[in-house]
Amino acid sequence: MPTPWLVLVLIALAVAGFFLGRNRALVSANGNTKDLHSLPSYYGHNVALTALVPALGLLAIWLLVQPLIIESRVSGMIPPDAISEGSTVGLVMSDVRRVAEGLDLAVEKGALTGEQARNLRSEFSDVRGRLGEVGVALGADVRPEVLRAAQAYRTMSGTGHTVMTVLVGLVALFGFGWSYGRTHKDFRARNVVEQGIMAMLILAASLAILTTIGIVLSMLFETRNFFGLHSWTDFFFGSTWAPNFRGDSELSILPLLWGTLYISLIALLVAVPIGLFAAIYLSEYANKATRAFAKPLLEILAGIPTIVYGLFALLTVGPGLVRLFGQGQGGILGLEWMSGATSVLTAGLVMGIMLIPFVSSLSDDIINAVPQAMRDGSLGLGATKSETVRQVVMPAALPGIVGAILLAASRAIGETMIVVMGAGAIAKFSLNPLESMTTITTRIVSQLTGDTDFASPETLVAFALGLTLFVLTLGLNVLALYIVRKYREQYE
Amino acid sequence: MTDHNQTPAEGDAPKRKHGASLLQLTDRTKRRNAAETRFKAYGIAAIGVGLLMLVVLVTTIVGKGLGAFQQTFVTLEVALLEDKLDKNGNRDIEDIKKVTTFGYAPIIRAAMETKVETLGIESALKGKDMADILSKDAAATLREYVIANPDQIGQTVEFAFLAQSRVDGYLKGRVTRESIANDKNISAEQLDFVDQLIEAGTVKKTFNLAFILGADASDARPEAAGMGVSMLGSLFMMLVVLALALPIGVAASIYLEEFAPQNWLTDIIEVNISNLAAVPSIVFGILGLAVFINYMHLPTSAPLVGGLVLTLMTLPTIIISTRASLKAVPPSIRDAALGVGASKMQSVFHHVLPLAAPGILTGTIIGLAQALGETAPLLLIGMVGFIASNAPDSIASGLLSPNSAMPAQIYEWAKRADPAFYERAWGGIIILLIFLVTMNTLAVILRRRFERRW
Repeated sequence: MPTPWLVLVLIALAVAGFFLGRNRALVSANGNTKDLHSLPSYYGHNVALTALVPALGLLAIWLLVQPLIIESRVSGMIPPDAISEGSTVGLVMSDVRRVAEGLDLAVEKGALTGEQARNLRSEFSDVRGRLGEVGVALGADVRPEVLRAAQAYRTMSGTGHTVMTVLVGLVALFGFGWSYGRTHKDFRARNVVEQGIMAMLILAASLAILTTIGIVLSMLFETRNFFGLHSWTDFFFGSTWAPNFRGDSELSILPLLWGTLYISLIALLVAVPIGLFAAIYLSEYANKATRAFAKPLLEILAGIPTIVYGLFALLTVGPGLVRLFGQGQGGILGLEWMSGATSVLTAGLVMGIMLIPFVSSLSDDIINAVPQAMRDGSLGLGATKSETVRQVVMPAALPGIVGAILLAASRAIGETMIVVMGAGAIAKFSLNPLESMTTITTRIVSQLTGDTDFASPETLVAFALGLTLFVLTLGLNVLALYIVRKYREQYE
Repeated sequence: MTDHNQTPAEGDAPKRKHGASLLQLTDRTKRRNAAETRFKAYGIAAIGVGLLMLVVLVTTIVGKGLGAFQQTFVTLEVALLEDKLDKNGNRDIEDIKKVTTFGYAPIIRAAMETKVETLGIESALKGKDMADILSKDAAATLREYVIANPDQIGQTVEFAFLAQSRVDGYLKGRVTRESIANDKNISAEQLDFVDQLIEAGTVKKTFNLAFILGADASDARPEAAGMGVSMLGSLFMMLVVLALALPIGVAASIYLEEFAPQNWLTDIIEVNISNLAAVPSIVFGILGLAVFINYMHLPTSAPLVGGLVLTLMTLPTIIISTRASLKAVPPSIRDAALGVGASKMQSVFHHVLPLAAPGILTGTIIGLAQALGETAPLLLIGMVGFIASNAPDSIASGLLSPNSAMPAQIYEWAKRADPAFYERAWGGIIILLIFLVTMNTLAVILRRRFERRW
């Protein structure tokens, strides 16, 4: 039975369980709802949930675990000499999966019978040709080991699926029978149902932890693989980024980190003064109407998707800068400083624009949190408004503003689309902001798009980069939140 | 006004001279006032710069993108010759399908030559060069039309063909005779020919519905590329996000806000959620690639996977806003429910949750809008490249067959380094922003209409 059908059957069982359970409770109380411990619908919900939830849970866990087990058993079947030079277990396994899918499709379309698919021998028949007929294109002829592994894969998946269907069905029926049997007018259905719902609420809340664990584990796992293939000293302390898909790459994070930090620095140089002054004006000077008008408009800048900023960098700001600083007759200033539209300055400027509302609204909140009494005291002593802001409000708000700037920095470091489109692809140490440089996020994108081979260091390095990025931004966020929280306590 | 003559002393004079008026500004006061004015001006300038950037951004997008909604068409009367398209004459659809696009090219060329003759246009161009002002898509479009309407074979049909992107650019002012000096796709003679056709009314710019509804097209045919299929990809992703993020997010918020005891586990969950909200989106893409594609073998480029990744990304946003709206429901509501004998769970589900619903909805819409514009994680799970070529025909294929998404499609066009595709990228941004503005406006209206102040 296909999985969606199985789910539908389970749901149907649950719906039936609701009505049957409710009925049974009513019958046990002779139709007098006052004799029931709980409201009648709780008895129905009890049966429905007991039938549905454990079965669905089992289904989900089975679907997650089965591929893993089959994968490890089948890859154990492939003899080491079947893995040719330059290939890996992972590549052979993807062949195996493709052949297995092809066989499934062939059986489905009637080109092969189930019996034939199980007993097909590549020694005797042209598997590639027969799969080609049903629209499964294979790159090369199917080798006997691969075909046998694929057949084992199919058999195991098939058996696994059957066992799963039976087990899930049994669990659902057992849950149904058990809870239906317990349904009686004295049964505390509401308490049981509420406990069940509570468990589901807790599960939903722990999904956040699961996500974090998933992020960390998936990256740690692949990073470990990467450091098995590539020396970690080169990654952390090398000086060159030169991936080479024929092997022998130099993969050092330092040039990428430099590009990332340089671009972020320029972005902050744009965003912090503008954002901070905007926040000061809005919170200290502006009247209500100006504030109601300017604040939401500024915040629109934060709601624009980054792809828009990326395109703006690539097609408007970059060419504009080239026209200013560029070579030949194109450059207005007659300088020959810039050769292409992608540069640190392009990405930095545009990212700065993106961060303005981020800095301004965070600082705005923080400045507003400074107690009015401090301003009144300063103004009462004869200070002008700007002196009050500079000498009283700012020092009081400083920790919070530092926190806001750190949060903005973390955003800048993790920003992807603007740098992918505006910063360029050359990894180098340079101080010239008009040269193109590359960043951590850009390299993650370029190493992981297109065909990825999870056995080569050139692909796996993206996970090490991602982990570094994660640790970096997480550290900045935790630090910023710590500073902001500590500061808030001072005035509360 | 005797004070008038008494000018203050030179330099810094903290003490006012005896007899000097308070109305007379000292130098120091003037300086302080000037600093005050300057400071205020900086603030105004900062806001001005911010708003200016917004204006520049919007005008750039509109200015460069509106062109994509118009397209140049060439109207020709095509004689669908029976002996070319259906040699057996029995209108068997399989026979008609055997004629490839190469079989249609001569028909279109002949139609172009006829047109030129009837208009009496003098041109040194050969028939092939004339037909080259049409899109490379023209033959395929005509073939599709014939396959869909086999009864039209043998008739003469008026047909509006797409013009190729250079001709389109010429009508939109993007292409000039100077800019095509080294262009092998079009020659100055062809542009002269186009000028003659424009005069005759054969070449016209009209509204381009295919850009909004159509599929992506290959590198050589920017004029045929559209957003429609990637819009469907985005739609399916948003359905996945809505179906998963809303119930999970609301459940998590209810637990954390109403039931969670104050202990270390709750603390960990809360810290986790606020940190997840600040994790760069590309990290979620890495997670999706490693877990959903590499480990669980879900299909690459599928909107289902994109939706799962975006769900994880939007969850913190939805949880944070849902908790805020649950918190806004006053405790008296809970107390009243408990007082008439409801259980804690009943008070939450029967009373608090319905009252918080508008706020939850608003937060969800804003979360969805954020997910709709997200690009980076989609790049990692393969939702880019020339894949948005066929509209899905069922919900299952919509979720599982490879597709792109609106922002990923825009990125794909921007990468192709062709001004005709750039125009489409800007146009795509207009469509994307229309969706975002609509969603955000809806959120604001919902908030204004239903939010209750207690």
